[in-house]
Amino acid sequence: MTEEIIIAGFGGQGVLSMGKILAYSGLMQGKEVSWMPAYGPEQRGGTANVTVILSDEKISSPILNQYDTAIILNQQSLDKFEKAVKPGGTLIYDPYGITSEPTRTDINIYKINAMDTSIEMNAPKSFNMIILGGLLKIRPIVELENVLKGLKKTLPERHHHLIPMNEEALKKGMEIIRGK
Amino acid sequence: MSEEVKLMKGNEAIAHAAIRCGCDGYFGYPITPQSEVLETLMEVEPWKTTGMVVLQAESEVSAINMVYGGAGSGKKVMTSSSSPGVSLKQEGVSYLAGAELPALIVNVMRGGPGLGTIQPSQADYFQTVKGGGHGDYRLIALAPASVQEMADFVGLAFDLAFKYRNPAIILADGVIGQMMEKVVLPDFKPRRTDEEIEKECPWAAVGKPKNRKPNIITSLELQPDAMEQNNLRFQAKYKAIEENEVRYEEIMCEDAEYLLVAFGSSARICQKACQIAREKGIKLGLLRPITLWPFPTKAIAEYANKVKAMLTVELNAGQMVEDVRLAVNGKVPVEHYGRLGGIVYTPDEIVEAVKNKLM
Amino acid sequence: MAIEDIIKPENLVYKKPDIMNDNSMHYCPGCSHGVIHKLIAEVIEEMGLVENAIGITPVGCAVFAYNYIDIDWEEAAHGRAPAMATAIKRLRPNKLVFTYQGDGDLAAIGTAETIHACNRGESIAIIFVNNGIYGMTGGQMAPTTLEGMKTATCPYGRDVKLNGYPLKITNLLKELEGMRYVTRQSVHTAAAVRKTKKAIRKAFENCMDGKGGANIVEVVSTCSSGWKMTPEKSNKWMEENMFPAYPLGDLKDKDANI
Repeated sequence: MTEEIIIAGFGGQGVLSMGKILAYSGLMQGKEVSWMPAYGPEQRGGTANVTVILSDEKISSPILNQYDTAIILNQQSLDKFEKAVKPGGTLIYDPYGITSEPTRTDINIYKINAMDTSIEMNAPKSFNMIILGGLLKIRPIVELENVLKGLKKTLPERHHHLIPMNEEALKKGMEIIRGK
Repeated sequence: MSEEVKLMKGNEAIAHAAIRCGCDGYFGYPITPQSEVLETLMEVEPWKTTGMVVLQAESEVSAINMVYGGAGSGKKVMTSSSSPGVSLKQEGVSYLAGAELPALIVNVMRGGPGLGTIQPSQADYFQTVKGGGHGDYRLIALAPASVQEMADFVGLAFDLAFKYRNPAIILADGVIGQMMEKVVLPDFKPRRTDEEIEKECPWAAVGKPKNRKPNIITSLELQPDAMEQNNLRFQAKYKAIEENEVRYEEIMCEDAEYLLVAFGSSARICQKACQIAREKGIKLGLLRPITLWPFPTKAIAEYANKVKAMLTVELNAGQMVEDVRLAVNGKVPVEHYGRLGGIVYTPDEIVEAVKNKLM
Repeated sequence: MAIEDIIKPENLVYKKPDIMNDNSMHYCPGCSHGVIHKLIAEVIEEMGLVENAIGITPVGCAVFAYNYIDIDWEEAAHGRAPAMATAIKRLRPNKLVFTYQGDGDLAAIGTAETIHACNRGESIAIIFVNNGIYGMTGGQMAPTTLEGMKTATCPYGRDVKLNGYPLKITNLLKELEGMRYVTRQSVHTAAAVRKTKKAIRKAFENCMDGKGGANIVEVVSTCSSGWKMTPEKSNKWMEENMFPAYPLGDLKDKDANI
């Protein structure tokens, strides 16, 4: 099994940290993992993206031009990465701020209202965990238990009390994701 | 515990490996995309555990001269930077080579020339293997292609540097520095005691005991006859390194009709390109130089008898291709494919380049 | 009286330090370097630090200081001695680590290294020889060259509009929190030599007492060849011209609240 994922959105949406948690979850599940950010000033407000690969085999290129799964969190990223999803692959997007919807018919497209839900939950910071929950519902590449272990690894100990809230967000994401 | 698998960036792996391999001192200056080396060391505070000295210098020039001073007193010292900063260090690098001092320099390359970009590049190949600083000298140059190799090459580079009394460089790039992968860190090795250093480095300036002559660390020799002898001694050493220390990896090469030659992050992308090409029926292999100097000239020359053509894939305008052409000596066509200024090619792009340039 | 009767230990009135070897110096007649070298050697010996001293030589006339004093040395790139000293002292805190630098080395090409090593309060001593000219390369303008003073690169005299003002770097360094001891001395008379020796001793002692802080001993010096004067005239010229610009005395002594 190899899952090649791109997560793309605005800086500050938690794109890189979502990727990190996913990578750690893969590590906990005994998989080979790579996490390759588009680094630099764009982290601070511009667009941000990260390529995460989970595999049972050694990973060759950490940089890809086609992905099994794209997680899209803004219009610019949709414009850039919709075409980069492999035929038969998966595109998950949050419609918040999207002005022209994805149009491809040879891929599986899912919608997740994570931004609205995180505001309803009064927990805007758990936005990326809602998205991650949605991903895991559609592509169960890692078990929830390992995601929680991954969270523990990435969060500093002083933030471990936030784990139950994050778990709730993950489960919420699993509930609310819908086929287009 | 050392077998524990961790997930970290290449730059972080350099820092942790330095502490674990008994490094005595790190001197650096922040520059993207390598600042995590200094940041990690400052967070871990190794001076509280192993006694390793860590210092943020006022400039890259100062940092490399701190390395020069420390190395001259027999200590295991290092610096790291990225391309513009490494240009500044070239003065000190030449002095290290001229004074025959072991030290480690890490370059996490970004696109140039000038201030350029902060995105990945491999355009410092010439600077690394053909000089950079003034004078006839060589650096032992290791090119890691994974976070694991970032960790492993710190100890290896120090071992080689001390074995030959010569500076060594780890030539990485923004991809390898910034990506996170699984890594098993090397076992903890204690720093050498002062007695061990005096035994291993009888040449070091440590304070002169009564029973020996002064140790003078210098690259200066105004008598041309004596300076020529110094240079001949360096050249003999370089020859020994060329004979003993060539390292490279062959991937999918057994039946290859076409050969890619690539190092560092490019080699990772080329590996994927080989898989894609083979799905399309193209027998593509990859030779990855691990040491850029000494260069795997002989291995590449042998492939010139086996393959139809070669393509070097480099994040530059064509640098290593010159060394591959020298090795091949006209036997088969050798082409170059590169992207510039911080753009990184995709595996598909490389397969297309193979089709367009070699077939 | 036969010469053998005179050369006896009880008749000894002067002896060069043991670590000053017999190599003949390359310095010009009347140059201050020889005297300053001897003072350093004497202090190292008197403090019992021969086995613990690591010196750093500059690029400049004193580049070969390591040929004359038998201790361990490292030869720096131009201006970088304070950076090297920083690392050596931090890696070997029990050693006496000192640099020996000229005005071009310390106050032009090595200004950043000097200021930052001093500002960090490195426990090092800097012996700074200021003769207002580049001796080794043949008499060019130094950062400390006086206004109107002629050199190979200001043949009509230093014009401050063209070249800026003489840099009083020691006065600048005095202001740094990391600086423990800043003094300006000379070696043109026996009394001055004694004062300079005391200053070097104080700087070296400061390096070894574990309290930290950087130390600099500036020695205002002559360069007969560069100044194109006899040694005697050089001393007079220095008193009349250099001392008003670079007055002698302690500029800072944290331990004495100066």
